[in-house]
Amino acid sequence: MNIIVCIKQVPDTTEIKIDPVKGTLIREGVPSIMNPDDKGGLELALRMKDMYGANVTVITMGPPQADLILREALAMGADRAILLTDRKFAGADTLATSYALAGAIKTMDYDLIIAGRQAIDGDTAQVGPEMAEHLGLPQVSYVVDAQLTDHHSLMVKKEDEECVQTLEVEGKCVLTVLASAYQARYMSVSGIMEAYSREVEIWTADKIEVEEEKLGLKGSPTKVFRSYPKALKTPGELHEVSEEEAVELIVSKLKEKHII
Amino acid sequence: MDFSYSKTEELFLQMIRSFAENEVKPLAAEVDEQERFPMETVKKMAKLGLMGIPVPKEYGGAGGNNQMYIMAVEELSRVCATTGVILSAHTSLCMAPIMENGTEEQKQKYLPKLASGEWIGAFGLTEPNAGTDAAMQQTMAVDAGDHWILNGSKIFITNAAYADVFIVMAMTDKSKGVKGISAFIVEKGFPGFSIGKKEAKMGIRGSATCELIFENCIVPKENLLGVMGKGFNIAMKTLDGGRIGIASQALGIAQGAMDETVKYTKERKQFGHSIASFQNTQFQLADLETKINAARFLVRNAAWKKDNQLPYTKDAAMAKLFAAETAMEMTTKAVQFHGGYGYTREYPVERMMRDAKITEIYEGTSEVQRMVIAGHLLK
Repeated sequence: MNIIVCIKQVPDTTEIKIDPVKGTLIREGVPSIMNPDDKGGLELALRMKDMYGANVTVITMGPPQADLILREALAMGADRAILLTDRKFAGADTLATSYALAGAIKTMDYDLIIAGRQAIDGDTAQVGPEMAEHLGLPQVSYVVDAQLTDHHSLMVKKEDEECVQTLEVEGKCVLTVLASAYQARYMSVSGIMEAYSREVEIWTADKIEVEEEKLGLKGSPTKVFRSYPKALKTPGELHEVSEEEAVELIVSKLKEKHII
Repeated sequence: MDFSYSKTEELFLQMIRSFAENEVKPLAAEVDEQERFPMETVKKMAKLGLMGIPVPKEYGGAGGNNQMYIMAVEELSRVCATTGVILSAHTSLCMAPIMENGTEEQKQKYLPKLASGEWIGAFGLTEPNAGTDAAMQQTMAVDAGDHWILNGSKIFITNAAYADVFIVMAMTDKSKGVKGISAFIVEKGFPGFSIGKKEAKMGIRGSATCELIFENCIVPKENLLGVMGKGFNIAMKTLDGGRIGIASQALGIAQGAMDETVKYTKERKQFGHSIASFQNTQFQLADLETKINAARFLVRNAAWKKDNQLPYTKDAAMAKLFAAETAMEMTTKAVQFHGGYGYTREYPVERMMRDAKITEIYEGTSEVQRMVIAGHLLK
């Protein structure tokens, strides 16, 4: 069983700062980490490796410094690491990113693709599903559990704000995973010792099955109009009261603010 | 000498920091309060390969270096000094002397199980009447033909209640003084060997510090470690290495107390301002930060020399002396900065101050470190 896990390097912060002129994220001075949902996805793949002996390949598209999260993935137990890096990929939105990843995956032998639900720097949750569309594969997003059945299909549990669904998927598919469901393992010391002596394969645009005009900024229909940090909300109030009093309190607060 | 971290060491630091923060820190107060040996943490460390960091791969270790080992002790001690010393005693005082003095058979027999964490290691030198004057050993080892018979006792033995393998010093020829001391590898189950009373301590209360009792203890002939009569040298060399571990523990405690103090002084408001805005706070913290960094360079220098097979006895003594005194000063001041809260168990600095004290005492007191340093200086 060959599993491909798509991972992304993101700034380790919940307080995103935005360059007021360029409208882009300020990454300087912010340490980079493996995106938490992607790490959850890698954990799912590694558990499958532990249980069924799967072969786990991690792939990321990013600048050369994204090598770090691939080394981390190798030290956690991944078997193979691929860095998709080329100036032609620069400025990609989710469509161009998912297109490039799908173009790389098309050249590979695989049974299952796992990605994180969303990245903490963009929160779009689009790349995984779009990749499935480019590859013409079924997809299950918001995955919290996945088990291989006796007849080699997958029983997958997905969870969103409204419901929990259990689905059976046959054949190749794309899963996008929640970090909260998969507490990721630590790198092992021996994994760390070997991480930098193992190979990270560097793939450029000409190595993968893509049309160049669909890559990077050229292939990105999304235009960022404006980015700004959200204004901080005023702190909430906490009242411990009975249900009846609560209704009265809410009504009076809403009246106070002329909402009703 | 280059003190920048290699890429491998950077990756290791990332792992050990997150392990300490998520797995060790949440247990620290409870381990101290209940005087509980954190076996669950040791098992987790074993699974990750942390119990055999500097042991070569051919003996089941991770094949890392001493820099990585001391980073681990520092980061663990930053949040829990008990966990730091468990790793330090296991690595520096048990595995290291076997690696450095063991026969191939001894290495094959003991290192893989110790490095994997299946077995925990300990070291027995100190006796009721042989502390700093370690040459006054009263534990005797008599050659009984096909085995040794050990009689006597050891005290203040770190990890003792949970250890499986002990490096034990005993007199094989009393007439020769220090040249009559030999080192032995003793296993938990050897006949006539038992663990005595557990000490109730001021700090590092989760580390199981106990007495070792030998009553006609039978030790196989092949368990003599190194050459007969060279036990004192083995013990002293082992302590040189151990001091780098304890210096790292002290450094970790100091850094942990600094982390807490920085956070607290920024939050705590008096006279309408955060106490971090007062110059008294700033100047004292600046001095302490400088000392912590100086201690870190001394510790890394000693580990670097050990990794590069250079003499490091004096360097290890200087690192331990300075790091231990820095830990004591930092934690005492941390409690002072926290005021009344610092004196309560609501904040971790109270525990850190109690934990720091031992680093000035075990594996050679600060006075012994000064003797070692002066001895090298004036020889």
